[in-house]
Amino acid sequence: MTTAMTSTSKAVADPAGGSLRFYGVWALGIIVLIVLPMLFSSGGSLTSFSLIGIAIVFALSYNILLGQTGLLSFGHAVHYGLGGFAACHMMNAVVSHGWPIPLPFIPLFGGLGGLVFAVIIGWVMTKRAGTVFAMISLGIGELVASSSLILRSVFGGEAGITTDRTALPKLLGWSFGPQLQVYYLIAFWLVLSAIAMYALTRTPLGRICNAVRDNPERVQFIGYDPHVVRYIAFCFAGFFAGVAGGLAAINFEIANSAYLGAIQSGLVLFSTFIGGTAYFFGPILGAILVTYLQLGLTSLTTVWQLYFGIIFIGIVMYSPGGIAGLLMMHRPLIRAGTLWTVIPSYLVAIVPTVALACGVILTIETVARFSGGDPINLFGVAFNATSPVTWLTAAVLVAGGFYVARLTWRRIADAWDRAATVARDRGYLA
Amino acid sequence: MSEAVSGTTAAIEVRAVEKRFGNVGIIRDLNLSVARGERHAIIGPNGAGKSTTFNLISGHIAPTSGEVKLNGDLISGLRPFEINRRGLSRSFQVTNVFARMTVWENVRCAVLWATGHRYAFWKNVDSLPEVRERTAQILDDIHLTHRRDVPAGLLTYAEQRELEIGITIASGATVVMLDEPTAGMSHAETDRAVSLIRRLTEGKTLVIVEHDMSVVFGLADRISVLVYGHIIASGTPEEIRRDPKVKEAYLGEEAH
Ligand SMILES: Nc1ncnc2c1ncn2[C@@H]1O[C@H](COP(=O)(O)OP(=O)(O)OP(=O)(O)O)[C@@H](O)[C@H]1O
Ligand SMILES: [Mg+2]
Repeated sequence: MTTAMTSTSKAVADPAGGSLRFYGVWALGIIVLIVLPMLFSSGGSLTSFSLIGIAIVFALSYNILLGQTGLLSFGHAVHYGLGGFAACHMMNAVVSHGWPIPLPFIPLFGGLGGLVFAVIIGWVMTKRAGTVFAMISLGIGELVASSSLILRSVFGGEAGITTDRTALPKLLGWSFGPQLQVYYLIAFWLVLSAIAMYALTRTPLGRICNAVRDNPERVQFIGYDPHVVRYIAFCFAGFFAGVAGGLAAINFEIANSAYLGAIQSGLVLFSTFIGGTAYFFGPILGAILVTYLQLGLTSLTTVWQLYFGIIFIGIVMYSPGGIAGLLMMHRPLIRAGTLWTVIPSYLVAIVPTVALACGVILTIETVARFSGGDPINLFGVAFNATSPVTWLTAAVLVAGGFYVARLTWRRIADAWDRAATVARDRGYLA
Repeated sequence: MSEAVSGTTAAIEVRAVEKRFGNVGIIRDLNLSVARGERHAIIGPNGAGKSTTFNLISGHIAPTSGEVKLNGDLISGLRPFEINRRGLSRSFQVTNVFARMTVWENVRCAVLWATGHRYAFWKNVDSLPEVRERTAQILDDIHLTHRRDVPAGLLTYAEQRELEIGITIASGATVVMLDEPTAGMSHAETDRAVSLIRRLTEGKTLVIVEHDMSVVFGLADRISVLVYGHIIASGTPEEIRRDPKVKEAYLGEEAH
């Protein structure tokens, strides 16, 4: 794990066991990707898995900036989108010129599309980090998104650029017409990109990126120009975002201005942050969760973005390390054998916390559907948005849930303190 | 480094350097010469401009006028990493490490440029034997091997100060500048740090800012006294001890 901070002195595991576990995790991931469509073979699942695969590549590329190098970008979708357009143009060119390039090579051209733009724009952008970089990235994002509607010959205006992935030369008899074949193409590029991006974190450059993130001033006094470091990181991030965009172009057979826009840039920031930026696998969890939520929530409620916002605020306030941070918090406890002392307090907290969440959902949906009068279906229970019974239920759930939940959260905190103290005494926590 | 390595070229040569912040002249007509292999202490009251002098020499800030030479080459106006690559390394008065990275990673990052790996993104950083050996050696030198996997931000104060020294010497720079390396340390910790510094800068040029007079007079070959941004005396410890200007301006009653 890139910035995984092994916070213990006893953590220096024997290298053989460590590397076995390491390759085991990667092998397991690959096996899961292979068998997933066999377990869930419906068209809907295949589509979801494909989208998740693309989102993971995109989020991992974003974390090269945010988690590794400390660059907060509001315009990362520019590289994703340009990768998508590059891939579409390349596919159409391959078809019209009859070049012998099969579909699985196309994401590479998407990557080059993202990379070329990063190479051109990156030097100026990465001169400064922090707010300056964030603001410039926002500006560039808007600039490119609006240009995409004006430069019709390249971006195809509102309609975008369409393509036909099945028209490319076949590879081993695969036409890539069926979604299953597209899924495997995406899974292949996901594995390739994830390995490459992980390897990048283990290179001299990757480590210096971390140093630039932590302390750009001091880096200058150990021989490095933080500007160059940020620039190279930016180019890598642009390349892999372009790969993700190329995969999206293959999946949807279209690239349009929505690929490059602020919503797409916001979504990748959101996924990466929720997953957790401090660990390599964080953005993977985030991309899975956010893509699922997006697919699931949009069909359930019109105010799904509100829920995204609430989740985001909750994570920022209570778990800035994201889901990965929450999970990894428990590692010292597992090592010290004190995890079992906190589990009961978690179990106790589940009921009131779920009640509180239901109350919040019911409140939001009541407000959202009050004028429309649409019925609410909360986990199989029907509510009427205009009925006082619903209002009262929501109020009781929120108030009562919050009151009880707070007590149980305190118990968790106490149990944690005790477990952590023991872990510290046993030398598993610094 | 300059080819014209004559025995007389100073490691550091500061000529008529001025530094103004706005209207305030903080450094006034600063002249300083540090010979190769010398241990040179800079002393002076709080706010005299000692850290500012370090910043001027190491490229952290540019002089308003005047020039700084390293081994005979002009370095004023260069950026810190360019100066560092020419063999000058400095530490900071306020600990300035990579807080979220482990002790091991901190030192290793400081080894990478000097071992020629630079911005390499095609090499596995864990399988570079010379980097690993050098990092392990430095950790051993600064007595932090047992803390190698602890994030630097979680170290105790004294440990962070030792790490600060470790990062500074890790590149193998021939000119080492330490800004109050023992500030805030207990007596025992100071003794340990001083013997550490003495050992690690063997055969190198050392410039050190230090408030503890017993450390200064025990360690330094030469001492410069900085008062209000101007060096009022420069000489051997014996000369400085006897200098009436120094007695008056700085050492005062506490003169040894
Ligand atoms: N960037 C800056 N802008 C304005 N004034 C500064 C700046 N840096 C330093 N100064 C001022 O310059 C003077 C000298 O500061 P400096 O830190 O060099 O002193 P010092 O000799 O290192 O003192 P100390 O013993 O307390 O470390 C101080 O009055 C300080 O306020
Ligand atoms: Mg100072």
